[in-house]
Amino acid sequence: MDLKDVPQDVGGLANANMKELCYAVDKDGKYTTKLSEGWDVKTLALNKSLELIEERVNAFKKQCLDGEISPIPYYMELNRMDLTVLADYMNKWKWTLKRHFKPAVFNKLPEKTLQKYADTFNISIAQLKDITL
Amino acid sequence: MEIEFNHRQSAHCENGVISNLLTHHGHPMSEPMAFGIGSGLFYVYLPFIKVNLAPAVSYRPIPGFIFKRLCKRLGIKIKREKFRDPKKAKKALDDMLRKNTPVGLQVGVFNLVYFPDEYRFHFNAHNLVVYGKKEDTYLISDPIMERVTELTSKELEIVRFAKGAAAPKGHMYYPVHFPEKLPLEKAIRKAIKATCRDMLAPVPIVGVKGMRTVAKAIKKWPKKIGVKKTNHYLGQIVRMQEEIGTGGGGFRFIYGAFLQEAATVINKPILKDFSKEITAIGDLWRDFAIDASRLYKNRSSESDGYKKVANKLRILADKEEDFFKRLKKAIA
Repeated sequence: MDLKDVPQDVGGLANANMKELCYAVDKDGKYTTKLSEGWDVKTLALNKSLELIEERVNAFKKQCLDGEISPIPYYMELNRMDLTVLADYMNKWKWTLKRHFKPAVFNKLPEKTLQKYADTFNISIAQLKDITL
Repeated sequence: MEIEFNHRQSAHCENGVISNLLTHHGHPMSEPMAFGIGSGLFYVYLPFIKVNLAPAVSYRPIPGFIFKRLCKRLGIKIKREKFRDPKKAKKALDDMLRKNTPVGLQVGVFNLVYFPDEYRFHFNAHNLVVYGKKEDTYLISDPIMERVTELTSKELEIVRFAKGAAAPKGHMYYPVHFPEKLPLEKAIRKAIKATCRDMLAPVPIVGVKGMRTVAKAIKKWPKKIGVKKTNHYLGQIVRMQEEIGTGGGGFRFIYGAFLQEAATVINKPILKDFSKEITAIGDLWRDFAIDASRLYKNRSSESDGYKKVANKLRILADKEEDFFKRLKKAIA
């Protein structure tokens, strides 16, 4: 990559005031570094990935409001977690968590478990029980 | 207390921490040099491991590997500690700071407050250096940030004890022993050989063979899993290749910088030509990313586009195979 080709597409990174270091070749063929404002190709990939998460969050939200699933998968997705990560934070088996996805099981969970979920997602128990709050 | 520490931004966190720590201890080392000696260039495809709902493709070895190999090759001894108890982890860190030693930490990214929201995923192998403490605030040199930053002890505890895959468990490290003179020349030769070996490995998911496997998979994806998922997979491949940390072109440019520097250190001018070549290959990687992005931008369902992208990857595999075969001979 030539120094002049280091992408300077003002995009996602610029909002956060974060520039990224790139390695490129100057006109004498010597390697040097330059800060990049961002690159559209990459920003797009990131945005698409975030869109997908949002889609999943919305799908879980709908299912939860329809009473098909408990709020756990919704909050899990909202926090960009997967079962492995959540299981580790909760110190529980994955299959235990999967059971908690069922509204019937979730409604019977002890206060202690609910509190742990709430702490993990950084919300209150009331919010955990009702995702519209 | 504040230790005098020279913060230098780098492309990748692991190389950055290594080069900053070594430089602090009187052994100045550039990021590309650290990356090269740690044999950082790699390619691996792990279809059975899903990251962000897509098969994992990585352009680097497992986190920590670069550091480990570098220390072994240069004869540097590193003390590493992990903790179960956050209080003990904090105490150990404070003790080291009091001894005027900057400390490297492995942390999770998701709760790193100074990171932009878009970059906060549950990735637990980020590295940074703590170089001091003022009351309840730790002074942080995060190599991918332009400037030094700060974290409160609570914020630091959360990222040090992030959970999930490769949980850091308070992992901290610092060099305790350096040889009188770093055996750079020997290390560089060994490192280049190792990189050639990795990239030419006779394993279908590693190195150039791994690229070919991915190229084949890309051709099949649209039919097998649908266009939407294929585009998501391609997007993730591009992210792994270009996201913060690779310095562009899936580390190829950093490697080019390494070869250029190495040519002088071990007095082997031919490495400069290799540097030029890998730079050109890096440019092709960027073309590959641009073509892939065109596909996931338009959501066009023409399978022709996927074939073209796959072919580009196959050509890259051919070029790199030829490149590393010749590099191996040149360094032998």
